[in-house]
Amino acid sequence: MNQYPLWKNLLIVFVLAIGVFYALPNIYGRSAVVQTSALKEQAVNEDLLKKISDKLQAAGIEKFSTTIENNTVITKFETTVDQFKAKEILDGLTGYKSALNLKPDVPKWLSDAGGKAMTLGLDLRGGVYFLMEVDMKEALANKSNQIRGDVTQILKKAKISKKSLKWNKDRLTIKFKSKEMSDKAFDLLRKQVNEVNFKQRTIDGVEAIVGTIRQKAIDDIKTNALEQNISTIRSRVNEYGVAEPIVQRQGSERIVVQLPGVQDSTEIKETLGSVATLEYRAVDMDPAHNAYEIMQTGKHPPLGFKLYKDQDGRPVLLSKRTIVTGDQLIGATSGNDQQSGRPMVSVRLNNIGAKRMLDFTKDNVGNNMAVVFKDRVLVGKEKIVDEDTRVPTTRNIYKPRETVISNAVINGVFSDRFQTTGLESPKFASKLALQLRSGSLAAPVDIVHEKTIGPSLGKENIEKGFLSVLVGFVAVLLFMLVYYKMFGLVANIALGFNVVLIVALLSMLGATLTLPGIAGIVLTVGMAVDANVLIFERIKEEMRAGTPPKLAINAGYEKALSTIADANITTFIAAIVLFAFGTGPIKGFAVTLSIGIMTSMFTAIMVSRAIVNKIYGGKAKLKSLSI
Amino acid sequence: MNLLGNVKFDFMGKRKFALIFSLVLIAISIGSIVTRGLNFGLDFTGGTSVVVNFDKIVELDAIREALESNDFIDASVQNFGSAKSVQIKFQTANGDESTKLVTQLKHIVTSLDAKALVGKGDFIGSQVGDELVEQGSLAILYAIIGILLYVTMRFEWRFSLGSVIALVHDVIITVGVFSITQMEFDLTILAALLAVIGYSLNDTIVVFDRVRENFLGLRKKTPAEVFNVSINQTLSRTIITSMTTILVLVALFVLGGAMIHGFAFALIVGIVIGTYSSIFVASTATLTLGITRKDLMPVEKEGANLDHIP
Repeated sequence: MNQYPLWKNLLIVFVLAIGVFYALPNIYGRSAVVQTSALKEQAVNEDLLKKISDKLQAAGIEKFSTTIENNTVITKFETTVDQFKAKEILDGLTGYKSALNLKPDVPKWLSDAGGKAMTLGLDLRGGVYFLMEVDMKEALANKSNQIRGDVTQILKKAKISKKSLKWNKDRLTIKFKSKEMSDKAFDLLRKQVNEVNFKQRTIDGVEAIVGTIRQKAIDDIKTNALEQNISTIRSRVNEYGVAEPIVQRQGSERIVVQLPGVQDSTEIKETLGSVATLEYRAVDMDPAHNAYEIMQTGKHPPLGFKLYKDQDGRPVLLSKRTIVTGDQLIGATSGNDQQSGRPMVSVRLNNIGAKRMLDFTKDNVGNNMAVVFKDRVLVGKEKIVDEDTRVPTTRNIYKPRETVISNAVINGVFSDRFQTTGLESPKFASKLALQLRSGSLAAPVDIVHEKTIGPSLGKENIEKGFLSVLVGFVAVLLFMLVYYKMFGLVANIALGFNVVLIVALLSMLGATLTLPGIAGIVLTVGMAVDANVLIFERIKEEMRAGTPPKLAINAGYEKALSTIADANITTFIAAIVLFAFGTGPIKGFAVTLSIGIMTSMFTAIMVSRAIVNKIYGGKAKLKSLSI
Repeated sequence: MNLLGNVKFDFMGKRKFALIFSLVLIAISIGSIVTRGLNFGLDFTGGTSVVVNFDKIVELDAIREALESNDFIDASVQNFGSAKSVQIKFQTANGDESTKLVTQLKHIVTSLDAKALVGKGDFIGSQVGDELVEQGSLAILYAIIGILLYVTMRFEWRFSLGSVIALVHDVIITVGVFSITQMEFDLTILAALLAVIGYSLNDTIVVFDRVRENFLGLRKKTPAEVFNVSINQTLSRTIITSMTTILVLVALFVLGGAMIHGFAFALIVGIVIGTYSSIFVASTATLTLGITRKDLMPVEKEGANLDHIP
């Protein structure tokens, strides 16, 4: 009766063996390292190793070791002080980027076999957390402008004259002189502009067509803007040199960015959220036009031109048509101009941009070309009331800013590679190059949640977290041993395997361990004994009722089963709800809790029974139990 | 060892006292929640929070005064983990303003203690906070609905309602304790509340399971007697499990650090209340709703089937 079939015993041993194997990587410590990798095609080889060693030794750092793994030089340090110092020194290597990391010291044979340690969350290793909200208003405004252009073109082409065309909030209104015109336009627009839902109306006796952007089109715009922003921010983060960054979508308008090891959030925040880009435009060469006069009198600029200002506030007339925009840039590096020694950005264009630049320069040698630097500035705040919830919030108001940073004579024909000078500092140049390289943001982002966890706090959290797990665990083990004796020992072994399995599953899933996650494990430890307590109490009860020990064991396990199942399923429901609705810390807690429920069912029922069977199952006559 | 193996306590006979006790606790809790409110954390209110580690002990009132004289009107100042560590919270509209105010704060704080270390400042937009409140309340609501359905399916609607009454009882009192002590109520406390719901339910289900079994076995007893027997039979399990869980939570509370202090506290309170409610509240409520032996007959088949699964 109290014997498991062989296959069941083997299965249990097999599961536990796998558990131990995957949990194993977590017992090794973690070292402070700096990872150095090439920005582009620069070589990662022995020469670089030597260069790094020399630089570090010159700075007085003695205790470190270097290795090359996956085209990355990993320099291991004994203290985080050395690590931070080294990062600053290695940031000076041109063509390479360096990132701080905490790397688990998992032996090679283990990592080769697929074993990996859990990643530590920001709260355990320190770093910066941002929650960014994409300004969808801006994305939609761009779309509205594009639709306005399309509609104008279509009507023009069909020679339909209109009285007026304007966007009012989210509604496009086109007014016509006659019903006939309106009908014709309605027909055309409905067929050609699919994103808009058009309707014919009479407004104050005037024939009109009103249109609103379809919900599906709005959703698409939002999704595209969010995805482009995520990919841009991701490449900016990668350029920056952060080890194991997380850039994730959250909901329909937000992006979570987690940067482990980063401590100074100010600079990286600017870089990630920057909408800065460059534009190349032709300069008005007509001597009859006087830009100063236009600026002072406020007169309209000549047809086809727009008034810009340079860094010193001097007016320049530039063509309304761009030659090349930031979207056509595929590469950018910063450096110093060889002749003047001033900071510059050297850019590379894609095929379309290169062709346009070639065509333009061919016809305009001797004329001027200007580089316009575009970004946005904070001009104030507005109070808005959310339409659904009636909750008032404040939102930043930004104004686009366009500055001419360079206005120079075209000396010769060029196409896909050239330099732009006129940048205020080398630092500005390198930041701009990074932003240009990583692509532009589809819509501006606002930071709605920002958190910095210092490295010492992270260390403190992990030490305290583990200490409390250990103390709580030992307390439970002692209690069980005293109260249930031999059966307590069995429950303890099961509990030990339970923790091993939780850790193994979390490692296999590539989960991130956070402080609430540790709390989840602790709570599971407390609750995991519950199943065993239920079984043991039932066995005791049976024995009190006079059932012989062997039968009592069997009855105890069997009768407690449905109770355990019911109790755990209800808790599991709570855990799933937590996971579905929770963000960040709550999710981490829910994951460990639900994994804990599953593993504790296995260990408390199957593993403990297997051990009990081994101890008591073989004995022919059993008089008493140590329970 | 056998501490509570043969206890025969008349729990159901004391259910009037329990009812009064529970009602008083709930009245105090709701009273406090209405009049004093909760000390909501940054997660829910939005704004900026900065932790300052002073080199010497600085009176909280001195900090408040210094802040007020420098136009930080509505800043809240409280100790964070130790006497030298202080958390300062204030409202900010956005990240830029937050960064600016944290720099200002640095000047004020260093004028009080030149060696004070001022943290980076965490900022959270008020809209995010509102959403979190909404999500959190929804989470609790959905958890309760899910549980209601499952228990109705496995047992009977009276048990289901009884267990939910016990859950609401636990949640109100736990939140009430947070209102009375004015401990910070943040996102982790919400997670703890949900864990309390799961735990308290676990306890209740164990008792109900036994009630169901005994209804079928002890045919001569009245429903109240059946509940009494069942609670007594499961009492040692209830106490032992609560004890082991609380052992672990105390370790977390004492050693886990400032960040999970509140979390552990909420769970300790919740589990004490949850243990009490699974003994007194859930059973009393189910009994009052008029449960009889007949109500459980059809469900037995389902339970019997399940027992055959090894």
